Amino acid sequence: MRLLNLEKLFIPIGRLRVEPELCKGCGFCIEFCPRKILDFSEDVNSRGYHYPIIKKGLEDQCAACGMCQRICPDYAIYLEKIEKIPASKLVR
Amino acid sequence: MSSVSDRFRLREFSATALSTFYKGLEEVIRVDRMPHIFCPGCGLGIVLKGLAEAILKSGIPVEKHVGVSGIGCTGRLPGYLKIDAYHVTHGRPIAFAVGLKLANPELEVTVVGGDGDIVTIGGNHFIHAARRNHDINVIIVNNFIYGMTGGQYGATTPVGSYTTTSPYGHVEYPFNIPLLAYASGATFIARWTPIHYAQMVDTFIQMFEHKGFAVVEIIAPCVLYGERNRFPSYTDMVKYFRDRCVIDNEADLRSIGISLDPKEPLVIGVFYKVRKKTYEELYRELIERVSKGGVRE
Amino acid sequence: MPGLLKPGKYFMQGNIAIAEAALIAGCRFYAGYPITPSNEIAEWMSRRLPEVGGVFIQMEDEIGSIVAVLGASAAGVKAMTATSGPGFSLMMESIGLASMMEIPSVIVNVMRAGPSTGIPTLVGQGDIMQAKWGSHGDYEIVAYLPNSVQEAFDLTIKAFNTAERYRILTIVLADQVIGHMIGKLVVPDYSEIEIIEREKPTVPPEEYLVSDSRYLVPPMAIAGMGYRVNYDSLTHDDRGYPSVDRDVSFRLIQRLVRKIRENERKIAEWEEYETDDADLLMVAYGCTSRSVKEVVKKLRKEGFRIGLFRPKTAWPFPWWRIRELSEKVSKIVVVEINMGQMVHLVREYAARDIEIMHAPYAPGYMPDPGYIEGIVHKVYGA
Repeated sequence: MRLLNLEKLFIPIGRLRVEPELCKGCGFCIEFCPRKILDFSEDVNSRGYHYPIIKKGLEDQCAACGMCQRICPDYAIYLEKIEKIPASKLVR
Repeated sequence: MSSVSDRFRLREFSATALSTFYKGLEEVIRVDRMPHIFCPGCGLGIVLKGLAEAILKSGIPVEKHVGVSGIGCTGRLPGYLKIDAYHVTHGRPIAFAVGLKLANPELEVTVVGGDGDIVTIGGNHFIHAARRNHDINVIIVNNFIYGMTGGQYGATTPVGSYTTTSPYGHVEYPFNIPLLAYASGATFIARWTPIHYAQMVDTFIQMFEHKGFAVVEIIAPCVLYGERNRFPSYTDMVKYFRDRCVIDNEADLRSIGISLDPKEPLVIGVFYKVRKKTYEELYRELIERVSKGGVRE
Repeated sequence: MPGLLKPGKYFMQGNIAIAEAALIAGCRFYAGYPITPSNEIAEWMSRRLPEVGGVFIQMEDEIGSIVAVLGASAAGVKAMTATSGPGFSLMMESIGLASMMEIPSVIVNVMRAGPSTGIPTLVGQGDIMQAKWGSHGDYEIVAYLPNSVQEAFDLTIKAFNTAERYRILTIVLADQVIGHMIGKLVVPDYSEIEIIEREKPTVPPEEYLVSDSRYLVPPMAIAGMGYRVNYDSLTHDDRGYPSVDRDVSFRLIQRLVRKIRENERKIAEWEEYETDDADLLMVAYGCTSRSVKEVVKKLRKEGFRIGLFRPKTAWPFPWWRIRELSEKVSKIVVVEINMGQMVHLVREYAARDIEIMHAPYAPGYMPDPGYIEGIVHKVYGA
């Protein structure tokens, strides 16, 4: 039996970008994120909508599935890049 | 918010978001018109993206794609695409598309309209164009009401619904669009929702490839219907789609009418696909027959 | 050109002459709905268009017909439809669509007795005002009034040319008598027939503006050419994008109407018979003008100073000539088969308060020369 070296095992995670001013607060991205890492912001954009933010502490939990950018009707969120981080950082 | 630099920044963001999602979308969607006018919770932004992606993947040059639409929220959609687009009068895009296609059969003509525009006021043009099997595509975005004008009922409003012109509950039976299309003679019939994004795009590509009258119904969330009926928040209707939609390509079209009852499934899929000579093919054969018979003086 | 009516002399029905003229003008698409007394045009086109490689389709209704005509023209093919009063009424919204999108197109309205279903097989002249004012909002159309088989031919070609030159919808207001009469037609050498095509864009797509307000009539990008333009029935700016801006709205509407208003003297046509020293001016058009001309000929021999002003375009109405003539004559009689349509235009533009009489007639029937002569005598107090 070989043990996994969590320092040497890299997991791809996603980095999201949101433009709050394009968001209309529909909540689809929040609802459809399979890992449920998104939530509504506390503050609002200039039109009064709450926009998506990543829940505190879950910044490394994005699986880069792209569901949010696929489902957003307003092109306000997208998967900017995929980073590889060591698995040791992800173990909860 | 409306300063020039703000608008430019938002346009740039839309272009980046679209091109990251699928390279080339920023060339087919008019990012100079972003942000679009669709409401929060409206499915049209997703349909716009899906249609643009399908146009890019269709293998047909973008210059040959033509969009024709009528009046209503869905009618605004082709205007956001960088294709030849004709935004005509209410109910008439199918007749306009017939003229376009007969004049230039090389065009890939797609009618994009709402349920009000295509099967209510435009019902007559719909059934006859289906009967003749014109080689055109019809995308019907069905939100069960007349959205642009504030939420009045239409031919697809489920019985019992509350709308601005049925404040005591709707007492009419709605059309079952796939069944109506089938009975009229359409040769490609499908139904999806915007959250079935991959299937929707794939079906649009099949629709472009199909020779004959193709009807794709997209059941879309509309806040003006949802707020007065069972779906008060923006995500309620898409959650219903996620939980109640059943994909059944072999479904009996007579049984797939929509009730939006929380216990009833919403049947979606690609229901019907046959190859039958199109009006354009039959007419071309006619011209050949006539010309062989000699030209009269 | 294969399949077209060859130059020469013919004895032909008015409706057929209209159809053959359309083919010579380049029309290769017809969409229509059966309606008396225009059916001969549809039937003839259904037979002739496949012979010249064109397309004929009978649509589900008149609305579908005119809209399909606009679609075909948007794809670059000259297109027309033919109808009569009830169908014409159904097409009103689409006249606005053609005007807003600036799509060249032709409607032939073979007028019949109305209102409503009326007398389908008999003549009427009751659509004069409707041709100009039937649709909502501001727009300009050009409407021709043939009074013979020859004119039905000539003015149909002109209708296509005017539509292409100004990117508008034009109307041939034939009446049932002209449509159904059989008469002499001379088809000239093709080199003598002017055929106009719409102007195509000369700049590449990145520089092209679909509603370029630097032009009175912008060049027209047709579908599939690669220009990827948005044509909108909503009020739109120079790029063709919908707009609610006040200046955009005013600029667009002014350009759309100026196209015709600034060219009305070039477009309007009329015929004058014995008007130089006339004291009584008759105004008539279409089949009615034929009866009136007979009366003018007869009464001139008897010494009456009577003349005929015959508009060949109902719109633009040659108001400037009416104004000039109204200063020289003492009475005007407008004879039309309706309860008062062109007479309003004559009254509006007559230079002063002269006596203007309207002589209506039963819808369905052409007033005969005897009846008109009686009217003239009554006017003179006999």
